Amino acid sequence: MRLQINHQKLKGQMADEPIIEVKDLVAGYEDTVILQDINFEVRRGEVFAVLGGSGSGKTTLLKNMIGLQKPLRGVILIDGTDVVAAEGEERLRVLKKIGVAYQSGALFGSMSVLTNVALPLEEFTDLPRRAIDMIAQMKLKAVGLQGAAYKMPSELSGGMRKRAAIARALAMDPKILFLDEPSAGLDPITSAQLDELILQLSRDLQITFVIVTHELPSILTVADRVIMVDKDARTVIATGTPQELRDQSANPVVRRFFNRQLGRDVRIDNG
Amino acid sequence: MEDTDKAAFDFRPGDHGQARLILKGRLDRDTTASIWRDSTQVVRQARIPRLVVQAGEVVYCDGAGVALLAEYKHIQREHGGQIEIQGLRPQFEQLMAVLEIDHLVAPPKPAGTITSFIRHAGFVLNLGQWTAGFVRSMGTETSFTGEVFAKLLKALTHPRGLRWKETLIIAEKAGANAVAITGLLGFLIGTILAFQTVAAMRQFGAEVFVADLVVIVLFRELGPLITAVLLTSRTGSAFAAELGTMKVNEEIDALTTMGLDPVQFLVLPRIIAVIGVIPLLTMFNMLMGLVGCGLVMVSWDIPGAIFMDRIRYAATLTDLFGGLAKTFVFGALVAGIGCLRGLQTGVGPTAVGDSTTRAVVSGLIAIIVADGVFAVVYYFLGI
Repeated sequence: MRLQINHQKLKGQMADEPIIEVKDLVAGYEDTVILQDINFEVRRGEVFAVLGGSGSGKTTLLKNMIGLQKPLRGVILIDGTDVVAAEGEERLRVLKKIGVAYQSGALFGSMSVLTNVALPLEEFTDLPRRAIDMIAQMKLKAVGLQGAAYKMPSELSGGMRKRAAIARALAMDPKILFLDEPSAGLDPITSAQLDELILQLSRDLQITFVIVTHELPSILTVADRVIMVDKDARTVIATGTPQELRDQSANPVVRRFFNRQLGRDVRIDNG
Repeated sequence: MEDTDKAAFDFRPGDHGQARLILKGRLDRDTTASIWRDSTQVVRQARIPRLVVQAGEVVYCDGAGVALLAEYKHIQREHGGQIEIQGLRPQFEQLMAVLEIDHLVAPPKPAGTITSFIRHAGFVLNLGQWTAGFVRSMGTETSFTGEVFAKLLKALTHPRGLRWKETLIIAEKAGANAVAITGLLGFLIGTILAFQTVAAMRQFGAEVFVADLVVIVLFRELGPLITAVLLTSRTGSAFAAELGTMKVNEEIDALTTMGLDPVQFLVLPRIIAVIGVIPLLTMFNMLMGLVGCGLVMVSWDIPGAIFMDRIRYAATLTDLFGGLAKTFVFGALVAGIGCLRGLQTGVGPTAVGDSTTRAVVSGLIAIIVADGVFAVVYYFLGI
C-alpha cells in the first residue's frame, strides 16, 4: 500500500522553523577574507541553494557550515547547536545530523558501493550486520542504485557515483543533506534525473537540502529558496526564490548571471 | 502517547495461530540495535501463522526502524506466515514505502563450476598465473628496455632534443639531495665493517689489514650496492609515484595526445640524471666508508699514517673503476624500473602505492641479479 501524504502541507508546517542559522559570518583563510556579513537561515524541510560564480566563496561557505573550516568570525547554528564551538561528543552529535555528498563523490575506491554506504553505520551504530546491509541497500534503492551494490566505485558512471555519494550521505538518516555541485560534469539528462532524485528525497524523507552550485537549470527545478554570493561584493547579494531572482532582481550581477546562463530559457519563458 | 528515547517491544502470543508484537518508542539507528536481535529471534522462533505488529506507540522511525519492520516481514515470509503492521504513523508508512526492499541483493558468486575447480587447484593455478605474469612482464620489460635504449642513443646523438633543464632538476633531487644520507650510510658501513673485523684480526696481529679488507669490499661491492639500494628506495620509488600519479590524472594521456612521447619526455631525463649522479654518490659513499674505517682503526691505536699507507697499497684503480662501472648499469635499472612501474600504474586509489612497491621490489631484485652477473663476468675477465 502506498500512502498519499499532503507534502505541501507538511512542508508548510515545517518551513517556518530554521534548522540552520548563519549569523554575521566572516569566512576565509587567515588574513584573506572571502565572505563577510553573511546572514541567512535555512528552514526545516526546504531545498536551499547557494548560488554563485567560480571563486565566489560557495565552497568556503559550505566548508564552514559542515565544520570542515572554522569561520574567522560569526556563528553557525545547526539544529540549535553552534557547529563552530561544538567539540567532542557534541560535535559528533551535530555531524550525525548532517550528510555531505561531495562534488567528486569521494567514494572510497577500495570498497564496494554497499560497503561505502554501510561504513558510517558500522562505525557509529551497534546494529547487527544484517540490519546494516538492509539499511545500506534501502538507501541504495532510494537513489536507484540497488543493482550496483557490489560494484566498485571505478565501475560507476559519473551520475551513478553522485547517487552513490548521496546514498552514503543518507546512511545515517541525516536531517540535513549538503550537496556540493551535484550536477557538475553530468549530461543534461543525468542532471535532470539527479534533480528528480533530490525532489523525491526531499518530498519522501523530509530532508533539508543545502545545495551549492552554479547550475541554474537545477536550481530552478529543485530549490525553494536561493542566496547568491558574489566574488567582488564578498557577501550575499540576493535572496529569494529562484524565480524571484530570475524575474525580479534589480542587481546587475544577478541579472547578468541569470541572463548569461539561462539566456535561451529566459527568452522562451518570456514568450 | 508515551514519548520515550528508547525502543521497546512486547511479544504476546494469542489464540488461533495469531500473535501480537507491540513496538514502542523510537526506532532509530541508535535505539533499534537494542531490540533487533531479541525481537527478531522471538518472531523467528515462534513461527506464528499470523503476526500483527502494533506500531501505534512508535514515536520516531528512520531507516533502521524501517529495516526492522522489513526484517519481520522477511521472517514471516520465510515460513509462509502472514504479517500486518497496524497503527504506524503516516509519515513512517511513507518512509517504509520509499525505502523498503523486497530482498537483500546477495554478493556476486565469485566462481562457476570450472572456476571453482580451478580455485581448488590452488598451487597449480598460482604457479600458472605467476608464470604467465612473469612471461608477460618480461616481454613488457624487454620491449621497454629496447625502446629506452634506442631513444637514449638518439638523445645522445641529438642532445638538443632532450629536456636538459628538467634533467638537471631531477639530478639535483636524486643526487645532491641524497648526498647526506649516502655519506651517512657509507660512514656507518665503513665503521661497522672495521669494528667487526678489527678485533678478530688483532688476535693474529693482522689488524692493519682491516684497511685492505674494507677498501676492497667498499670499492668492489658494498659502495656501488649500498648506493644503488638507497637510490632504489629513494629515487626509484619517487619516479614510480610521480609517473603513477601522472597516469592516474591522465597527464600521460595528455602528453600522448599532444604528440609528445612519454618515454622521451619523462623517462629519458630521469634515466640520464640517475646515471649521471650515481657514480658521484658512490664515490662519496666509498670515501665516507673509508673515513669511518679510519676512525675505528685510530681508536684501536693503529696510526693514521699506516692506515693511509694500507689504503694506497690495497686500493687499485681496477677495483675503483670496476665498482664504478657497475653503477651505470645499476642507475639505469633503478631509474628505468621506477619509470616503467609508474607508467604501468592502473586505476584506483591503491594503484600508485602498488606501483611504488613494485618499483622498489623489482629494482632491488634487478640490482642484486645484475651484481651477480658482474661478479661472474669480472671473475672471467680476471678483474
